[in-house]
Amino acid sequence: MRRVYDFHGGIHPAENKHQSVRSGIRSAGVPAQLILPLSQHIGAAARPVVTVGDYVLKGQVIAEAAGHVSATLHAPSSGRISGIEDRPIPHPSGLPAPCIVIDCDQQDLWTPHQGVADYRDCDASELLELISSAGIAGMGGAGFPTAVKLMGKPGRSVKTLIINGTECEPYITADDILMRERAADILEGVAILQHILQPEETLLGLEDNKPEAIAALREASASASHVEIVTFPTKYPSGGEKQLIEILTGKQVPAGGLPGDIGIVCQNVGTAVAVRDAVIYGKPLISRITTVTGDAVATPQNFEVLLGTPMQHLLDLAGLQPERCERLVMGGPMMGFTVTNPQAPIVKTTNCILAPTTTELPPPPPAQPCIRCGLCAEACPASLLPQQLFWFAQGKEFEKLEQHNLFDCIECGACSWVCPSHIPLVQYYRASKADILQQRRDHAKSEQARERFEARQTRRAQEDEEREAKRAARKAAAEKRTQLATQEGGEDPIQAAIDRAKAKKAAQQAGTGTEPAAAASALDTLRQKLEKAEQRLAQSHASGEDAKIVTALEASAERLRGKLTEAESAASEAGAS
Amino acid sequence: MMAWVTDYPLLAALLALVGLGAPFGALLGFAAVRFRAEGNPIADEINAILPQTQCGQCGFPGCRPYAEAIAGGEAINKCPPGGEATIQALADLLDVEAPPLDAEHGEEKVKTVAYIREDECIGCTKCIQACPVDAILGAAKQMHTVIASECTGCDLCVEPCPVDCIDMLPLEESLQTWHWQLPAPRSNNLEIIATDSVTAERAA
Repeated sequence: MRRVYDFHGGIHPAENKHQSVRSGIRSAGVPAQLILPLSQHIGAAARPVVTVGDYVLKGQVIAEAAGHVSATLHAPSSGRISGIEDRPIPHPSGLPAPCIVIDCDQQDLWTPHQGVADYRDCDASELLELISSAGIAGMGGAGFPTAVKLMGKPGRSVKTLIINGTECEPYITADDILMRERAADILEGVAILQHILQPEETLLGLEDNKPEAIAALREASASASHVEIVTFPTKYPSGGEKQLIEILTGKQVPAGGLPGDIGIVCQNVGTAVAVRDAVIYGKPLISRITTVTGDAVATPQNFEVLLGTPMQHLLDLAGLQPERCERLVMGGPMMGFTVTNPQAPIVKTTNCILAPTTTELPPPPPAQPCIRCGLCAEACPASLLPQQLFWFAQGKEFEKLEQHNLFDCIECGACSWVCPSHIPLVQYYRASKADILQQRRDHAKSEQARERFEARQTRRAQEDEEREAKRAARKAAAEKRTQLATQEGGEDPIQAAIDRAKAKKAAQQAGTGTEPAAAASALDTLRQKLEKAEQRLAQSHASGEDAKIVTALEASAERLRGKLTEAESAASEAGAS
Repeated sequence: MMAWVTDYPLLAALLALVGLGAPFGALLGFAAVRFRAEGNPIADEINAILPQTQCGQCGFPGCRPYAEAIAGGEAINKCPPGGEATIQALADLLDVEAPPLDAEHGEEKVKTVAYIREDECIGCTKCIQACPVDAILGAAKQMHTVIASECTGCDLCVEPCPVDCIDMLPLEESLQTWHWQLPAPRSNNLEIIATDSVTAERAA
């Protein structure tokens, strides 16, 4: 018998599990419409690969994983895509999110699918690829893409594989019934996980309040002894990943770390079955087992339900008495959240729908002041100081919250459950965690803005500098040119070119101009120019300018004079002829 | 030597102090030159707290200049995008009282992001020149668009637009931005215990 350990704290709430296990798993059938949120897992939302009006077969890919941490989505039944639009989804915010809507044709036709002949012949990467393309995300509650979790960090070996059969939250029996009815399937899935991870030991942990499940698993594992079934006393929340690891191995996952850091990988029993279906039969994850329970339903039971089935469909099958049900909870009474719209669909992580009566799950009484009794600290399975965190959360002292390891809180609700003042502690922690994350995001964004702003400043300074440098270069070049021209004793080459061009134009006008007026005007301009040049020369003589300039001016005046005489003679010739 | 010291105690003390002071002064002077701090470390710390919207509502051309001004004694309550949280953080850093936000420079508003109505954009590039963080993409006579993830919501592009085609849209709440809120504070009537109500009645 393996030694089991204990974790700090924990509580013993009323289990209320017997109601839903009176009958076995029942199929929920195919509803008229399936609504598949693109984000049913942790990570990036999937990207649709179908368009409205497409006909899809059961098991066909309708949205593919977008990025590394993401999961593929498949059609749970055959039918026509009637919309890709925002629909209510099961989320505490009650906000709608993009979903693919399929109008089922009730034919339930499979797309061709095939598993591998023998998974033992495949290497780990091949199997991981299969698991990834089957869209499997952790079925325990968080919905982390399984392939990513199995991949782990490169170069890190897995010592212990833990299969989580612990269903500690009251009311929920989805894993319990799965272990009772499909123990062999679970063990087959575990064998595949073992083949991928090659762990030194494999433990399947469950509490002693599930004797039928224990018996079924023991019987199934009698032939194959690759898994050790470990049972331990019932306590909430032993199903938490870190708590289960501590129970089974005595090791604690370091704060802020992952089980992988201490060589452990945890997988849910439901995930193991999904892996088996994907690898052996090539079936993607399109259905799951969901408990429908609570006093407001006539026959609480477990359903094998297609993903995307509206909750209303399941509640109708279970015989909901709407007048007795004030609110609908997805998940259990401890960690679940209220679903505002019963049209919200079942997703990969929906393990339970709870329809309680008001007497069964009364609204929390008004919170009273904290009396510092310390019961919450005794109950906390993460060994935190809930009352201290509560004060810091009220005062929004984020730094202190982080120092007191707020992020190790698993939000199990044990502290709120024991609180004699009925303080909704978990809500304080959730809000504070979100605020801190928001602050981190804001800070990252402002850092980015600062970098961009500074980059822009330097760019503009550089541009100004370049412009200034160009201007200076142009100025220097112009000065050099004039200097060169005057040094060579000639006139400014630009001015000379302009003069030449003008003279040419004048000559053309004179030559081609049949009317003497044009020639006369050309003569006039030349005369004016000569006059101006002579004036300028006289001026420079008078003011005693540089000898070079004077000579240049004399030269240009001389040339103009020559031109004028030429033009005059040409004009007189033209006049004579 | 000792005799001289006992004979002229005043002079000896003076000499000893000067003798100590001079080398230490020289040492400090050398350290001040050798280990001179580049830039202004306080301004850097202040700049890290400011929201980097670069909106200029404080009257300075960007967050960095305002940070330098604060380091030089400017009031810390001129940053509307940062709001009370930023003022509080600055007050903590500088160890001063946190004054309320100076309304002259604007009020704390919900976060917005610029949106260009692309049908109306004439491609004048004026907004591109105004954007302090290069978050607008486009070229002359080409349609412009805002890179929403880079936009700080500073409003600076709205004014220069000749056709008024830029809107500042509040950030919509989505599943990514939604988060749990703190529980509503306890209402006061719940704090009255039975004896309180009796005394209240008697007093009335």
